[in-house]
Amino acid sequence: MRPEISTFIMFVVIMTAFFIANDKFLSPRNIRIVMGITPEYIIVAIGIAILMISGEFDLSVGSVFALVPMTMVQLVHQGIPPWFAIALGLSIGIAVGFVNGFITIRFGIPSFIATLGMLYIARSLTTVATGGFPPPFPHSLPNELFVFQFEVFRASLFWMLGVAFIAGIMLHRSNLGNWIYSTGGDTPAASSMGIKTNNVKMFCFILCGFLAGFAGMIQTFRIEAPLPSQGYLLELESIAAAVIGGVSLFGGVGTIFGAAIGAILIRFLESGIIMARIDAEWFRAGLGSLIIISVVFNTWVVRRGENMVHKNQAEENEIDSKKNTQKSEGETNEQ
Amino acid sequence: MSSENIIECQDLNKYYSGVHALKNLSLKIKKDTVVGLIGDNGAGKSTLIKILSGAHAPDSGHIYFEGNEVKFKSTKEAMNLGIETIYQYSALIPQMSIARNIFIGREQTTFSLGSIGLMKSKSMDKAAMEALNDVELHLRSPETPVNQLSGGERQGVVIARAMYFKSKVLILDEPTNHLSVKETNKVLRFVEGLKKQGVTSIFITHNLSHVYPIADHLCVMARGEKIADLAKVDTNIDELTDLLVNG
Repeated sequence: MRPEISTFIMFVVIMTAFFIANDKFLSPRNIRIVMGITPEYIIVAIGIAILMISGEFDLSVGSVFALVPMTMVQLVHQGIPPWFAIALGLSIGIAVGFVNGFITIRFGIPSFIATLGMLYIARSLTTVATGGFPPPFPHSLPNELFVFQFEVFRASLFWMLGVAFIAGIMLHRSNLGNWIYSTGGDTPAASSMGIKTNNVKMFCFILCGFLAGFAGMIQTFRIEAPLPSQGYLLELESIAAAVIGGVSLFGGVGTIFGAAIGAILIRFLESGIIMARIDAEWFRAGLGSLIIISVVFNTWVVRRGENMVHKNQAEENEIDSKKNTQKSEGETNEQ
Repeated sequence: MSSENIIECQDLNKYYSGVHALKNLSLKIKKDTVVGLIGDNGAGKSTLIKILSGAHAPDSGHIYFEGNEVKFKSTKEAMNLGIETIYQYSALIPQMSIARNIFIGREQTTFSLGSIGLMKSKSMDKAAMEALNDVELHLRSPETPVNQLSGGERQGVVIARAMYFKSKVLILDEPTNHLSVKETNKVLRFVEGLKKQGVTSIFITHNLSHVYPIADHLCVMARGEKIADLAKVDTNIDELTDLLVNG
């Protein structure tokens, strides 16, 4: 069984438990509230998941999540046309991803360190960019296009579905996806087969930076206030979402679907704890337990699957060797 | 240059930081044969293999492939000519399926934009199964992750991959290391099968008993030199063991 299936089972169990605790948990109103904010987190988790599958980390996504929309807002205040500001802002995300990748690959240092440095640098730049006071949100920015509230869902949900669809096709159906999995699975083996593993990793770094910035933009557009603290600790939460969804810390394993389910699960956990009238301070304890339980559960499920295969193989081998013995006996007799 | 030799080396020399790792080595490898290259650790086998596979360049000497002189700048160049090397630790990604492993970097794609396109999974799965059957490796599904295969089966997948991409020469570097007796036999059977399909194999090992049953020709190395080059019909296990031990 695949790890993301076990995440899905856990998802159903947790949702049911919270529903029993409070039947308003799954009311359209609550789903509307939770799903109004979740797409932003899913988009970041998708970027992180792809990068982790390629075998690298990005701890700077939380800071990029704040820096990109802050840049956009400040550029508009400087009189730059909104769409041009959006394009420039998103290219900041791409640039941060590139620098993360360049430092990691060029100097051969762990991406954990390179992006930890970037976490502080990008956060600092965000605060500096505010000039000491969070600027007002310029309403010339086309925020409705990204966050318009429909009956239940926001426009951001459809943007997220678009991102997930394209990322899913790329990772699971294209040859580029095959290179990403092989790079994360065993880098020397992949490069001995002619995969340009550094280019693959660089692509994933850039994609991750871009998606973090894009998601941050959606959040700023939704709350209509660029806050320098936006996305604080998001890097850890995104890694948590990916890991809960069955993405391996060691690379080479994971799916877009798993990462998305992981991100949704975290948001519903938060809401469920509040709805069950538990002190909201318990959310982090809940999230912590969820991370540990899900990885233990995933590992157990995968091992069980492997054991079953090995058992079958052992049986087949036995049958094979019996056949061979009979064969060789037959041959001996013929001689 | 006789055309029956697929590879011919003349006076190859290689130094590694002052150490003369390969001394005036000349070697002729006949087409469609299994050549056993034996020697103790440090005999220069790996150096020779690295030169033949394009990983390293010799300091002097010539290599002829199918009668033409070649100078490889990379393993990719050697692979494009049809010389594929299989290392002890097989170049497979454990978590990925057999089919995806066989096609790493050489995926069949459709709707391509530049070098990126959608993979034709069904056709790749089918081709993978056929490639496995060609080396008499019968596995249930091309979607099985490689980490669920035994060591011998993994070498089988690597050999199937080399076969599928029409290799002419297969260099196997200690393919039976770390394998159980039964798994070793499996790998030996794969290599025997290669000969029937018109592939020349160079089988490197320090274990004479692994290569002797399937080799047509045996080449013994010691201290960077070739000390014997014999057709199997002209020699026997005792003579070879003596050469191997006493150089």
